[in-house]
Amino acid sequence: MSVDAQTVRKIASLARIAVSDAEVEAMVPELNNILGWIEQLGEVDTDGVAPLAAVIPNHLRLRADVVTDGNARDAVLKNAPQAEHGFFAVPKVIE
Amino acid sequence: MSAVADLTIAGIRDGFRAGDFTAREVAETFNANVAGARGLNAFLVETPEHALAAADLADKARAGGEELKPLSGVPLGIKDLFCTAGYQTTAASHILEGFVPTYESFVTAKLFGAGAGMVGKLNLDQFAMGSSNETSFFGNVISPWRRNDGGNAALAPGGSSGGSSAAIAARLVPGATGTDTGGSIRQPAAFTGISGIKPTYGRCSRWGIVAFASSLDQAGPMARDVRDCAILLETMAGFDAKDATSLDLPVPAWEAGLSADLRGKTIGIPKEYRVDGMPAEIEALWDKGIAFAKDAGAEVIEVSLPHTKYALPTYYIIAPAEASSNLARYDGVRYGQRELPDGANLQEMYAATRAAGFGPEVKRRILIGTYVLSAGFYDAYYTKAQKVRALIARDFEQVFSKVDLLLTPTAPSAAFALGEKSDDPVAMYLNDVFTVPASLAGLPAMSVPGGLDSHGLPLGLQLIGRPLDEQGVLNAGLAIEQRAGFTARPDRWW
Repeated sequence: MSVDAQTVRKIASLARIAVSDAEVEAMVPELNNILGWIEQLGEVDTDGVAPLAAVIPNHLRLRADVVTDGNARDAVLKNAPQAEHGFFAVPKVIE
Repeated sequence: MSAVADLTIAGIRDGFRAGDFTAREVAETFNANVAGARGLNAFLVETPEHALAAADLADKARAGGEELKPLSGVPLGIKDLFCTAGYQTTAASHILEGFVPTYESFVTAKLFGAGAGMVGKLNLDQFAMGSSNETSFFGNVISPWRRNDGGNAALAPGGSSGGSSAAIAARLVPGATGTDTGGSIRQPAAFTGISGIKPTYGRCSRWGIVAFASSLDQAGPMARDVRDCAILLETMAGFDAKDATSLDLPVPAWEAGLSADLRGKTIGIPKEYRVDGMPAEIEALWDKGIAFAKDAGAEVIEVSLPHTKYALPTYYIIAPAEASSNLARYDGVRYGQRELPDGANLQEMYAATRAAGFGPEVKRRILIGTYVLSAGFYDAYYTKAQKVRALIARDFEQVFSKVDLLLTPTAPSAAFALGEKSDDPVAMYLNDVFTVPASLAGLPAMSVPGGLDSHGLPLGLQLIGRPLDEQGVLNAGLAIEQRAGFTARPDRWW
């Protein structure tokens, strides 16, 4: 499988990264080079193999359903590029 | 440079306890070394006051006859992937420039709680994505090592923990934190003639470490020798309820358990690691390592890990997939940089922020990850890679029924020159050919210096152990360290 300029634009839009036409043009061969290289996994017979998600067996723990954190509004907002009235501020979303 | 800077962490700890010097003298020495080595670009932020404050506490405790902590009097460098309360944490990216965490990562909290001070935040590949430290937004780290050909080419310190490796090799710090996703502790350690261990996945909490690929990321120590790695790892490891993958197990006394006697141990030599085109010097180093292991009493046998050649392509599906998901959080809303072109709406702000905030390698990996996770390709790429990952893990499991440890070279070459491989991503990825398999299987693995190549550059040997057998890895590392007698260090030019 290989990508063309249209696909690169689509991926970039899914990833929310603005790309110029020149960048798209440069990325097409670059990504195809990488994708062509990972393509070799197709040779491996994986019939009946369960996909591995967790490498070291571990049990997901439960904890008591109690509040452990909170009242940290100012700390949470401290690094916001724009915070107003105790909220994160963003460009207008609803007209 | 004062003699204190030549001491190991054990030497500083013990010398401080014995009253040979004050912790303040130690901190001042390393602070001065850091300030005098800016040409290496190893540090993004210098924090001499942090190191001095920790030192003064240690001196006060000693004067007052109080019980000293495990790392009292020891200054460290902290990779800028660890969130440090009150100190800028950027992951060497532009998008996090100016981000000052209001909290401390679990690992650094443990280190500082054990008495260590911080001399500064160390440069790295942007978001830990790279093998040469050339993807940092804040410029390359330059290795203190140079080839002996008189050419003075600027060499890569390895990556992604390149600031850590360069700073330790140049005696700017006695030890540092690193993180390893596909080799980011071991490869830079090999390139700079130091030691570093990636523990079993789950030993060190990932809480407060800027995430790259969560099923692979693991913190570990880097230092000049095996004992120092054991000392630091003992403090860094431990259960943390805030990381769902943290292992709830006691932390062994690895330093006390050190033994270079390998009698009764069997060490496997995986034949698939003899890759095509492997330089003769790497082969020779490997043979030397085998001889060291035998001399220490180990039995050495050849073993097979048949899926080795598929580890790198598997990694370059799984790691970018996880990265594309993890890095979705950088949106210009909650922290970091925001790019807001005139009249832009929210979606355009996201796209502009991320276009301006991420470097080319980070974008490349986010795009690859987004592609392999996108509708129609998920099974062909991502699920397939997870299945091959299962086979790679099974290879190790089967081999570890016959052997206790594996011995391999750490990297396929010595340090290369900056710029030499940066044009070809796949050539750069091949640097991690020997380190990625253990990462995919979550196994403990370490690099120790094995010798020098014909250009006078360090080469590393890697030991891989069973899950949770950091002790076995450290012990075999110690046996090799004692026999390699590696004392070379870079001549100061910076």
